[in-house]
Amino acid sequence: MDVLNFLLITASGLFFIGVYGFLTRRNLLTMLISAELMLNGAALNLVAFNRYRWPEELDGLFLAVFIVAIAAAEAALLIAIVLRLYRNTRSVDVSDITELKH
Amino acid sequence: MAATGYALLIVLMPLAGFVVLGLAGRHHLKRSAGWLATALMSVSAAAALLLAWHYFFVQNALGRSLEPAEVFRFRWLSFSPSLYVDMGMHLDGLSVMMLVLVSTVSLLVHLYSVEYLRSEERYTSYFAFLQLFTFSMLGLVVSVNLFQIYFFWELVGVSSYLLIGFHYERPSAVSAAKKAFVVTRFADFGFLIGILIVGFSSTSFDLNTLFQTNCHVDAAREELFLGMSAITWGTLLMFMGGAGKSAMFPLHIWLPDAMEGPTPVSALIHAATMVVAGVFLVARLFPLYEVAWLTADVVTVIGLTSSLLAAIIACTQTDIKRVLAYSTMSQIGLMLFGLGLAAQGASREAGYVGSQFHLFTHGFFKALLFLAAGVVIHRVHSNEVSDMGGLRRTLPLTHLVFLIACLAISGIPPLSGFFSKETILLAAASHPFWYGLALLVSALTAFYMFRLYFLTFWNKPALPKSEPELPTASERLAYGFPLVVLAVATAVNGFIPFGLFVAPDGRPYPVHASAAAWLPPVGAALCGIAVAAWGYARASERPQELARRFGAFYSVAYRKFYIDELYAYITRRIIFGKVGRSAAWTDRQVVDGAVNQAGWLIQQWSLLMKCWQSGRLQGYAFWFFVGAGLLAVVLLLYSPN
Repeated sequence: MDVLNFLLITASGLFFIGVYGFLTRRNLLTMLISAELMLNGAALNLVAFNRYRWPEELDGLFLAVFIVAIAAAEAALLIAIVLRLYRNTRSVDVSDITELKH
Repeated sequence: MAATGYALLIVLMPLAGFVVLGLAGRHHLKRSAGWLATALMSVSAAAALLLAWHYFFVQNALGRSLEPAEVFRFRWLSFSPSLYVDMGMHLDGLSVMMLVLVSTVSLLVHLYSVEYLRSEERYTSYFAFLQLFTFSMLGLVVSVNLFQIYFFWELVGVSSYLLIGFHYERPSAVSAAKKAFVVTRFADFGFLIGILIVGFSSTSFDLNTLFQTNCHVDAAREELFLGMSAITWGTLLMFMGGAGKSAMFPLHIWLPDAMEGPTPVSALIHAATMVVAGVFLVARLFPLYEVAWLTADVVTVIGLTSSLLAAIIACTQTDIKRVLAYSTMSQIGLMLFGLGLAAQGASREAGYVGSQFHLFTHGFFKALLFLAAGVVIHRVHSNEVSDMGGLRRTLPLTHLVFLIACLAISGIPPLSGFFSKETILLAAASHPFWYGLALLVSALTAFYMFRLYFLTFWNKPALPKSEPELPTASERLAYGFPLVVLAVATAVNGFIPFGLFVAPDGRPYPVHASAAAWLPPVGAALCGIAVAAWGYARASERPQELARRFGAFYSVAYRKFYIDELYAYITRRIIFGKVGRSAAWTDRQVVDGAVNQAGWLIQQWSLLMKCWQSGRLQGYAFWFFVGAGLLAVVLLLYSPN
């Protein structure tokens, strides 16, 4: 089993752990972490393909850097939202947040 | 130019009265509305007389051919160079005669109403409606265009509706007004289709163009539908409208009920403004009726049938105004009978002149009868002849004029009715069967009119229900003057050489009748009068005996041949009950049902879809992943390489 396969399996593992966490956890912060896991799984895929398939190109690396940047911004934003929600509802449980429906 | 001025004055005076009284009358002219309207009408009537003098003696010399004149015309609607609708004023013998008749009778009715309706709450509205009614009829008789006729025809219908339903607090008046409107409107449906057929087949609605270019003759040759030409269909359908307005069988059912209107209104409707519209229509479109071979027969038969039917019913009725109503129907039937005979061609001039002459004389004596009946009703506070009797001492003037009118309508010389009816009978002389029937009508007319006369003014005086109030001086004047004027007109109108004024094509036709031709109608009338005197001059058992002799026929005639019941059966049971109910079911179940079912389906669908929108974020995410996964599978399986 070469390194590429190993990396791809790891990436899909990360991704599906993220999916599982996103779907099952009620805690908003845990869901946020799960989302980060999914993003990183995808980013790892890109890096792995770039390194082992087209080593002379840099597209995959750039894309991964973008993803990291976006993930950082997203995390900052989401944590701010979660904090505001916590101030209002004293809870970070996703099923308690029903006020935005209407 | 003078003619234009007179003609405009005649028509515009009542219109001005209607506008002024209708807009400002309720608050500002409460007391003077009657006199204002009467003054306007007298200007109109004077202008009509002047116009008649001008037309017959200045523009044309009497005894020569009368040239039709058009004094006023403007284009109202223009569709194409050949298809347009004009409004205007057409003068010929017929329309000038009608102008004189309508404006004169209307003036007298106005004068009479000033006192007769004095205590009414809606005094000004009444006069506004009366002015509108007169205006409509005056506009109708000077029409230059089929659509102008139709326009004013409908105005006549609407103003008669307003006047018949004047006492709208009485349910019977409301239903009578509705009945009159619905029946005549139903007939006008045929009229409109007739106008369209004639206009379409001869490419013009203009009367002058129609008659001058002879396109109607060409149109009469071509078959349109069911073996009849466009002109036959058109004139038949137009005659349907005429029969509706003129209360001819079987569209006569509104006329007796229309007695719910105030008595002067009945006088106006019966004498000049409404029921003669049908006769006028046939006379105005006479060239069309001449070339439509079937329609002439239909007009003749319907006229005579209605005449006979109404005369028989009139013999059995006990309401004074209803008897007069049926007598109108009978006389109008005679006029149409004469016109039909004329249109058939055999006695063209005599039939036409006779019917128009009868229209003219009938206008005066029928107005007189109604106004006199109004005085009687005012006196005894009842319409039933059983509440009258012996009134010749208390109402001497009314008695005298009523007698004159009865003699005139019965056709006793030298009163006007004799001459006009005689001319119609002259036209029928060549058909023994029809002549016999017309004689029978004549005898019946004399019988029921004198039955009414004797029951009202002779016979046993009925016990007065309430203390009769003595007429005031102004009432004497307002009732007496119209009665005397009409009585004089009734007495002398017969001596007018009518054929010189109104004749087909404007060619004068002096009526000559031998003494031998005079005898049968006068004899028939005298027989009728004698029977009436035998039965009703004194209180006796003879009328009951007579009724018993006729048995079932009497009761059928008393119930007006069950025609009202037949109509009620057709409308209630068949139209409302069967057609209406099934239509309502279809509407409710099929049309509404389809809409409701569609709504229900959408509702169920949205309920189903609503379950997906749980508001739970992770549920959405789950379905999102499922979708993405399915997409991935599809792409993997069906990717090209």
